[in-house]
Amino acid sequence: MDTNGATTSSAAGGGSTSTSDSSLLSKKNSKKPQYSRFTQQELPACKPILTPGLVITTFTIIGIIFIPIGLVSLSASEHVVEIVDRYDEGCVPPNYSNDKLAYIQSSRTNKSCTRTLSVPKLMKSPVFIYYELDNFYQNHRRYVKSRSDKQLRSKAYERETKNCDPQAVSLDAPIVPCGLIAWSLFNDTYGFFVKSKMLEVNKKNIAWDSDKEHKFGSDVYPKNFQTGGLIGGAKLNSTTPLSEQEDLIVWMRTAALPTFRKLYGRIEEDLQANEQITVVIQNHYNTYSFGGKKKLVLSTTSWIGGKNDFIGIAYITVGGLCLFLAVNFILLYVIKPRALGDPSYLSWNRSPAGNPN
Amino acid sequence: MGAVQIQAQDIHVGNIVWLRENDEVPCDLVLIGTSDTQGLCYVETAALDGETDLKTRVIPSACMGMDFELLHKIKGVIECPNPDKDIRRFDANLRLFPPFIDNDLCPLTIKNTLLQSCYLRNTEWACGVAVYTGNETKLGMSRGIPEPKLTAMDAMIDKLTGAIFVFQIVVVMVLGIAGNVWKDTEARKQWYVLYPIEGPWYELLVIPLRFELLCSIMIPISIKVSLDLVKSLYAKFIDWDSEMIDQDTGIPSHATNTAISEDLGQVEYILTDKTGTLTENRMIFRRCCISGIFYGNESGDALKDVKLLNAVAGSSPDVVRFLTVMAICNTVIPIKSKTGAILYKAQSQDEDALVNAAARLHMVYVNKNANILEIRFNGSVIQYEVLETLEFTSDRKRMSVVVKDCQNGKIVLLSKGADEAILPYAYAGQQTRALVEAVEQYAQLGLRTLCLAWRELKEDEYQEWSLMFKEASSTLVDREWRIAEVCQRLEHDFEVLGVTAIEDRLQDGVPETIETLRKAGINFWMLTGDKQNTAIQIALSCNFISPEPKGQLLLIDGKTEGEVCRSLERVLLTMRITSSEPKDVAFVVDGWALEIALKHYRKAFTELAILSRTAICCRVTPSQKAQLVELLKSCDYRTLAIGDGGNDVRMIQQADIGVGISGREGLQAARAADYSIGKFRFLKRLILVHGRYSYNRTAFLSQYSFYKSLVICFIQIFFSFISGVSGTSLFNSVSLMAYNVFYTSVPVLVSVLDKDLSEGTVMQHPQILVYCQAGRLLNPSTFAGWFGRSLFHAIVVFVITIHAYAFEKSEMEELSMVALSGCIWLQAFVVALETNSFTILQHLAIWGNLVAFYVINWVFSAIPSSGMYTIMFRLCRQPSYWITMFLIVAAGMGPVLALKYFRYTYRPSKINALQQAERMGGPILSLGNIEPQPRLMEKEVSPLSITQPKNRNPVYEPLLSDSPNSTRRSFGSGAPFDFFQSQSRLSSSYSRNCKDN
Repeated sequence: MDTNGATTSSAAGGGSTSTSDSSLLSKKNSKKPQYSRFTQQELPACKPILTPGLVITTFTIIGIIFIPIGLVSLSASEHVVEIVDRYDEGCVPPNYSNDKLAYIQSSRTNKSCTRTLSVPKLMKSPVFIYYELDNFYQNHRRYVKSRSDKQLRSKAYERETKNCDPQAVSLDAPIVPCGLIAWSLFNDTYGFFVKSKMLEVNKKNIAWDSDKEHKFGSDVYPKNFQTGGLIGGAKLNSTTPLSEQEDLIVWMRTAALPTFRKLYGRIEEDLQANEQITVVIQNHYNTYSFGGKKKLVLSTTSWIGGKNDFIGIAYITVGGLCLFLAVNFILLYVIKPRALGDPSYLSWNRSPAGNPN
Repeated sequence: MGAVQIQAQDIHVGNIVWLRENDEVPCDLVLIGTSDTQGLCYVETAALDGETDLKTRVIPSACMGMDFELLHKIKGVIECPNPDKDIRRFDANLRLFPPFIDNDLCPLTIKNTLLQSCYLRNTEWACGVAVYTGNETKLGMSRGIPEPKLTAMDAMIDKLTGAIFVFQIVVVMVLGIAGNVWKDTEARKQWYVLYPIEGPWYELLVIPLRFELLCSIMIPISIKVSLDLVKSLYAKFIDWDSEMIDQDTGIPSHATNTAISEDLGQVEYILTDKTGTLTENRMIFRRCCISGIFYGNESGDALKDVKLLNAVAGSSPDVVRFLTVMAICNTVIPIKSKTGAILYKAQSQDEDALVNAAARLHMVYVNKNANILEIRFNGSVIQYEVLETLEFTSDRKRMSVVVKDCQNGKIVLLSKGADEAILPYAYAGQQTRALVEAVEQYAQLGLRTLCLAWRELKEDEYQEWSLMFKEASSTLVDREWRIAEVCQRLEHDFEVLGVTAIEDRLQDGVPETIETLRKAGINFWMLTGDKQNTAIQIALSCNFISPEPKGQLLLIDGKTEGEVCRSLERVLLTMRITSSEPKDVAFVVDGWALEIALKHYRKAFTELAILSRTAICCRVTPSQKAQLVELLKSCDYRTLAIGDGGNDVRMIQQADIGVGISGREGLQAARAADYSIGKFRFLKRLILVHGRYSYNRTAFLSQYSFYKSLVICFIQIFFSFISGVSGTSLFNSVSLMAYNVFYTSVPVLVSVLDKDLSEGTVMQHPQILVYCQAGRLLNPSTFAGWFGRSLFHAIVVFVITIHAYAFEKSEMEELSMVALSGCIWLQAFVVALETNSFTILQHLAIWGNLVAFYVINWVFSAIPSSGMYTIMFRLCRQPSYWITMFLIVAAGMGPVLALKYFRYTYRPSKINALQQAERMGGPILSLGNIEPQPRLMEKEVSPLSITQPKNRNPVYEPLLSDSPNSTRRSFGSGAPFDFFQSQSRLSSSYSRNCKDN
């Protein structure tokens, strides 16, 4: 490469016949850049290339790290004890089995239903109780927007219901909490008995603290809620402020997926293996019109959350594939060695049209 | 001249403006008075045309001799044409009202004007009448807005954008229909959504429009901003490049047009001017032939030739007349400096060389005082009165002066010009054979020739002609043509005195530059106004064409349509045959044949242009140069035109890329050009380094911009399938905006520093440019690769996110943030994988951006009123979040890395191979056999003695012989070229025809 020319100091008067060159040039010279590695595009750079060593090592390391993580995750997931009971079908009396919708919509039918669960393994306290809904689109655009955060937060914004249609006002008075989400609040309830002794279900602190403190106002009380012609889900106690209506707060954390679980409460004692738990379900919530499943889930937890084998399996798969690739690359390297930068690829004999390969 | 400041905007047409020395001229003025008694003043026009020599301006004859007082009272009428931008022409008339002189019309020319932005020099004061002001001045009119140029790359990006737009419309329509179907079948059952039973008719459009909004991010708007930003940086890199500073003048290179750097890397044809571009345009008088005697010794310097010096000392009449023409047949102004030395201010380099050479031969042009010239020869002073100057025009190809010898009153016409403009007009009896040979020989040596001639005029002949000339000079319409016609009446029956030969040296590094760029697959065309032989010689000496047996020159000539047609077809036939052979075939065409070929045989000529890698077009006019550019552009080639003079401006403006050399012919070309460089050799760096890097960087940047937008858009689309096809956005609006304008823009912007290969490697292997030229790095298939990658990455992020965050974790805000951070992580690694060289800035941008993403989201998560309140803190506390991120990165990048590695190692592109070689310090450097052979002109020329050129230079024998047979003749191994048709001398009809068009 040439020497860097930026160090040329002054310009010698180039033109032999010019008297005014100097003024012109001095103007030009002021534009001349100072030499710097940035302006010359010569910043020191590290230029890694994909050598076999580098790539094979990378894949091997990924494989070696990922497989143990996968195994640990999988075992954590395996240690979670989970009882899942689908009750939407079973809780419909046989005489209504052809018309479940009529059963659930009628106010005269008996909605009580008793299920028996057996604990497969010791479940350490706390045991989380979830309800799981399936084919329920809490993420539907029309649904997810239908709420008023301002109204929920403060009494002063009670009339802020513009997003809440069609559940914004009832007889010209604003509905608090307004919107489809609140209106469709889940209203099945569960009672748990072990050997006819009732298990205490702790429904406190099932919502996020941040929601209780900042999103739902302690001075906001339900108003005009579920008073219209159409009754959606649960009713709310109008003497309890929203910040303490934890079921509502949990419900209003909308789920991004059509199958989701929401926390119902906690059982704060251990459940012994092979114990039979009797659950008395008040089956009010209508999932029959759209064929959604309802499940009751009892689960313990671990460091990666609930029972979810996906991460463990995915890690093991990815790690395994990486090792597989690494082995293949090593084999390729041994069987078909290629010198990097082999000049024989650089035959420039190409047609004038310029089409190498 | 009061103390009141008057602003230029307050000057009105018709005002009289007074200027003092070194004042800038505020508007276009017609000069009516100066401090000089002869009515002269000097101006510097550098700001207007870039020429640094002082020019004389003279007051019109009608105002001659008016004193200061009278000028204040002057009244009159100036008729002038509508404002135009021609700074070399001003055809106007002046008529003064009584009592000033008479009612005579006085013609005005550009010599009588002071144009805006010039400076008054060496003149105490001057005054003039404002004729054009404001934006109507010559400068104002020529300050046109440059037509925006679109690079091939931008065109490709636009095409891809169009394709993405169509894709977007299709997606929107499909999803819109699916959404409506879902709504009508499923959503009716979803009681909690509470769809009204009957909606208005436009309800059908709501879901498609929602998807349109959702998919609008598919076309990245940020790409325009990013591209503008990096393009201006590319231009700055060119401005800053210390290796492209002209060491002689200290002028750095400059990119005027900041938008077309990528095109530099895609150039396919370079059309270059010869004089001043390939050569230095530093004229040196080398040889001459006076009355059939050749002067110029072994080293090729006539000024040191003893024979000539003796002849000068002996005052041989032929030589004296020859020297007189050399000294005074010009428009040079001698200026005595304080030390007593005489400096010549010449507008043309040739004249400068001639006057200086005459001075060295003791014929010193001492002084010019108005019309009186003083020359000193061997101690005696001779005075001449200049009666008329018949200026040089490119049509006439000669200039003359009519002077009167003050001692004996004889009137003489002195002329100098191109051989074909002088020799045909020699008087009937003169033997011009020797002169023709001299011209040929000099041309073979690559020298520029001028014929000098003279003729004594009779008093009455001159007087008669003078009237005609005056009349022609004051016509308003077609003045130039009328003057040429009148001049023709005087310029005949010359006694041709001899021939001068001026050397114009090749610029440093021209042959190497051309060889390197030709290796890079760029085709060169040389377009010059010079003679064919000179052009071919220069072409040979700068590697433009290769000598036999590798090279072959095909000649197209002819005076009539038929001849041109036949020769064109022959050349085409040969070209088709030889196109398969590895042979450098070039065609040579002159201006006249080109005119016919372009007019009548455009198709055949176009085919020839495509087949031929090299062409030499000599004797071409500026408009023909532009036509050739147009021809190549119409065949979809990227053209680069490079030139230095005003005659190249049209070609430079016409070409895709115009490069101007800020050389000795002024800055006109540099001003009109997109890039101005100091020397031709910088072109190599401009194209191979700046052009190539710009192309590579933009290719990555633009495709990446599409990729990142597509990733996020695909995720939105996938999400719509699990959200009831209702058009819910997974990401909140703040995240979406920040994703496009911040998270993904910053890392990729530093790719302007990326270098796939070092500059040295590229210079050694210019062939690598073909990747840019052929657009291999940005085309529908590479784009398809990026499209596939975006689809793959979207799937990876989406699938992993919804499975890892299923059931009780499927909270909307959390899930959206997990997906977003998955994308950001992938982006960081994608950019890192595609980056070839990491400087500290790249590391900072890529990894710093990742950190910044978290910092920004922590800030958002700390604001209670934001939807994201506490989300990011929550996620960062979960081990499963980090595990998910690593899973996304490994699953997303693993296959990409494996594929890249596989191709890199087992299907390496040439770029990869060079990269590997470069980084391993491998054998590639030993391959560097591109050491150009220094083929400086002097080395070839200097050993040649002028007395035996035919023996040493058998190449051009056929050129001189007169055999118009069309069979292919070979001249043995010694002959570097085959010619199909021997060249016939240009006849006088050519120059006449030239004038007519």
